[in-house]
Amino acid sequence: MGEAIVFYGLSAFILGFAVLVISTRNTVHSVLFLVASFLFVAMLYVLLGAEFLAVIQVLVYAGGIVVLYLFVVMLVNLKRAPETHQDPRRQTRLGVAVAGAVLAEFLAIIVYSSTNPSAPAVLAAGEVIEGGNVEQVGWLLYTNYLIPFELASILLLVAMVGAIVLAQREL
Amino acid sequence: MPAGFSAADFFYILPELVLTGGALLVLVVDVLTSRQQRPLLGWLTVGVLLVTTLTLLPFSDANVVVSRGLLAIDGFAFFFKLIFLLTAIVTVLMSSSYIEVEELRAGEYYFLILCATLGMMFMASGIDLVTIFIGLETMAVAFYILTGLLKPNRRSNEAAVKYFLLGAFSLGILLYGMSMLYGLSGTTNLRELATVLATQERSALLIVALILVVGGVGFKIAAVPFHMWAPDVYEGAPTPVTAFLSVGSKAAAFAMLLRIFTEGLPFLAEVWQPMFWVLAVVTMTVGNLAALTQSNIKRMLAYSSIAHAGYVLIGVVANSSRGITALMIYLMLYVFMQLGAFAVVVMLRRHDVVGDELKDLSGLYFRYPVAACAMLFFMLSLGGIPPTAGFMGKFWLFSAAIESGYIWLAVIGVLNSAISLYYYVRVVVFMWIREEVLGSPITASPAMVVALTVALAGAVIFGVYPRPLFELAELSVQSFGGVVAAAEAISYR
Amino acid sequence: MLEAYVPILLFVLVAIGFAIFTLVFASLLYPERYSKVKLEPYECGIEPETDARDRYSIRFYLVAMLFVIFDVETVFMFPWAVIMDELALFGLIEMIVFLFILVVGYVYAWRKGALEWT
Repeated sequence: MGEAIVFYGLSAFILGFAVLVISTRNTVHSVLFLVASFLFVAMLYVLLGAEFLAVIQVLVYAGGIVVLYLFVVMLVNLKRAPETHQDPRRQTRLGVAVAGAVLAEFLAIIVYSSTNPSAPAVLAAGEVIEGGNVEQVGWLLYTNYLIPFELASILLLVAMVGAIVLAQREL
Repeated sequence: MPAGFSAADFFYILPELVLTGGALLVLVVDVLTSRQQRPLLGWLTVGVLLVTTLTLLPFSDANVVVSRGLLAIDGFAFFFKLIFLLTAIVTVLMSSSYIEVEELRAGEYYFLILCATLGMMFMASGIDLVTIFIGLETMAVAFYILTGLLKPNRRSNEAAVKYFLLGAFSLGILLYGMSMLYGLSGTTNLRELATVLATQERSALLIVALILVVGGVGFKIAAVPFHMWAPDVYEGAPTPVTAFLSVGSKAAAFAMLLRIFTEGLPFLAEVWQPMFWVLAVVTMTVGNLAALTQSNIKRMLAYSSIAHAGYVLIGVVANSSRGITALMIYLMLYVFMQLGAFAVVVMLRRHDVVGDELKDLSGLYFRYPVAACAMLFFMLSLGGIPPTAGFMGKFWLFSAAIESGYIWLAVIGVLNSAISLYYYVRVVVFMWIREEVLGSPITASPAMVVALTVALAGAVIFGVYPRPLFELAELSVQSFGGVVAAAEAISYR
Repeated sequence: MLEAYVPILLFVLVAIGFAIFTLVFASLLYPERYSKVKLEPYECGIEPETDARDRYSIRFYLVAMLFVIFDVETVFMFPWAVIMDELALFGLIEMIVFLFILVVGYVYAWRKGALEWT
């Protein structure tokens, strides 16, 4: 019960800040709201018992990625007035209509599935892992998911090469 | 080594290891050599890909699951890896002159091509959502960068931004669906997923997960409601990259699609078959109708490739061993037809001519009859005229559909092929217009000659004598878990 | 489980409360007299000439991007370091391969001059 209250509270904060991100006119404020949203997501991870993920969320997302966002915001020239669409309201209406349809669909599903509760997920009985959260992540990452882990380093390398190729001035 | 791992795990992914080493080698050689030696990089890349293909060949009849159930090394994976490697080789061969004209950075270009191929290979082998996702991400990030490599070109910039934003968004949708599948079953392994879900009552959440995954995968194969990015990206990207994107990325996405749906969700076949039926029909029709009015060859080929994704989806709808065999054969034949057509378009790019408009083709036959005849053959093949490879591919797809009872789908497919002939023949008509070829003369580098020869040989030989390809595909499908799962699902019902 | 986080929650509440308290308390005390000079951004006493929100060089972006990539790389090392003993040689080789691939990227960035400012 208590956990449910915390969960819904955190979710409300996450969604509220997410809405603020896309509704504020000032881009720097947008990024700061995003930081707040990330921090609440980190708290959600704590609630789920995934402390390592929470730390990573703060360290990488709220720390590193947001710095990157801020640089991009300052990189582009935002003083120019945004280009106006031919009929801005038409696109807004279409967007609202699509978003409303998706929302209605998901609500219908929630209502439907709460009346017909499905069997709760049975977690696969893996090997019992001792120790804290970081150890558990470590065991999974460095034994089961060894190949994707090494592939991730290739992915990082690709990203690095890409950043240099696209952002560096031609020699 | 920890429990569950042995030397065999690494032996079976030897091709991937070789390719990884080769990609790193290309990057290091690029860093250490001077600018004058850059043309050698192309041949080094081809060498890496050839060695990878050689190390792949011994695994043609393997059927094992390695790395604690993350990767399946079976005939299905073998066939798709062959498609990816062949595509990469032909793409690299046709790139060298283009790189010189556009002054691209050769080392990074080849490195990214190799990494994209690596990602595709993991997508075809992966039977775990985590492996499939990381493979997909590796491929996608490499493609985002490749698309934007023409830095001074605004269309290329626009294409890269569009592809990146929409790609990231669709990847998010796919991940959302995958996370729901995990939440419902407690496993990311597709085969375990199938067994766990088979015993569960079908919940509404499962259907939502299914819809989200279809949306995410639909984006990657450029099926119609999710195809908006394709024409702009195909037009703006460097031409060889467009070729690689339209063949390799599409084939990889189909491999992923079959793994997820036939291996992971066989018990939901009656839900996703109608969804793909609708997607196939809409994709074919919209792709073909939009292609009719295009005046830019790359854009026209983009819409044509959307239409071809629709044809290939017929194989998914059929969901039988015959259908999947036909799908795989079609994708293999598509490599030759599509890459051949793009090779000719790449050749048209010279220092003073962009060469991607239909009118740039005019008079081609009278000055360069060989290139024009090759293009004629590729166009007829894409259109599906009888003695060509394209006809054989479509024949199998449509007959598989009829066998599974989807007669209307086959009829719509045939009608669409008829429509598509109009725009393919239009290309031919332009080549036979008696007009001066504008701009500097067209030259073909030795690598380009090899690329065109491979494409033409494949399209001709498999059009006349398709038996070896058919036998290979049939053999590959036999060990594919998806077919087994589909049969089990039917008997279960 | 979650009880362990109660002190942290208290800490956060106290921090936020203190910030609000100082702002409100100060606003009650100081006289509100604004002038143009007071509201201008302070630039070491020199009169500001341009907007503070100026466009940055793309070089900052490149540095930030490389930072994020190496940041993520470091993140992968935490769970490894915790269980390094049990993973033994196998784990060591894993990490060496992982780092080798990224060192190739580092060499690439260095040689291509991505780490130089001019």
